[in-house]
Amino acid sequence: MSGIVSFLIILVVVIIAIPFYRVINGPTVFDRLLAIGAIGGKVIALILLFGLLFDRLAMFVDIALGYAILNFIAGIAMAEYFRLRREP
Amino acid sequence: MMQLVQDIIGLALVLLGLVFMALGSLGIVRLPDFFSRTHAASKVDTVGIVVVLFGIAVLEGFTLDAGKVLVAAVFIMLTNPVAAHALARAALKQGIKPWRRNQAPATPPKD
Repeated sequence: MSGIVSFLIILVVVIIAIPFYRVINGPTVFDRLLAIGAIGGKVIALILLFGLLFDRLAMFVDIALGYAILNFIAGIAMAEYFRLRREP
Repeated sequence: MMQLVQDIIGLALVLLGLVFMALGSLGIVRLPDFFSRTHAASKVDTVGIVVVLFGIAVLEGFTLDAGKVLVAAVFIMLTNPVAAHALARAALKQGIKPWRRNQAPATPPKD
């Protein structure tokens, strides 16, 4: 069981590494923000899989909930900031 | 026996969610403009994360932690499309033109 969960964690890390292409050379700033939001959503699944691996899901679930709330608030705040910003 | 069935169902759900997450990541990289990338980042990724969380809850069993995982799944189901929609609305107000078939592409297609 532990070996299978480790394999799943490696798969999730490979999937998370794909949108970094869009973070590094996205044409606009919104592409970068969108890719960062997608990475943050996938990291929640990664945290819960770590909870299964260490057999401590009670602790990692609270961390994942806090991470989800922070991801949502940061996405909304940065969207509003870049909507109101004037182009120089 | 019951434990084996539970493990098989949970691992199948997690693998199905990983397929959806991989398709969402590829869509973010490959689609031609920002507004079509929001489709990949909101819908496909939300389905992938929620199915992975359901699989983790099934693997955990009938406990309080599985209930907390389901609460996190409902929260992601509510908030992830809202964040992508806010970003798309901000981009449209900022003046980014949507991509059309018979015009020059806004971003040159890269491989």
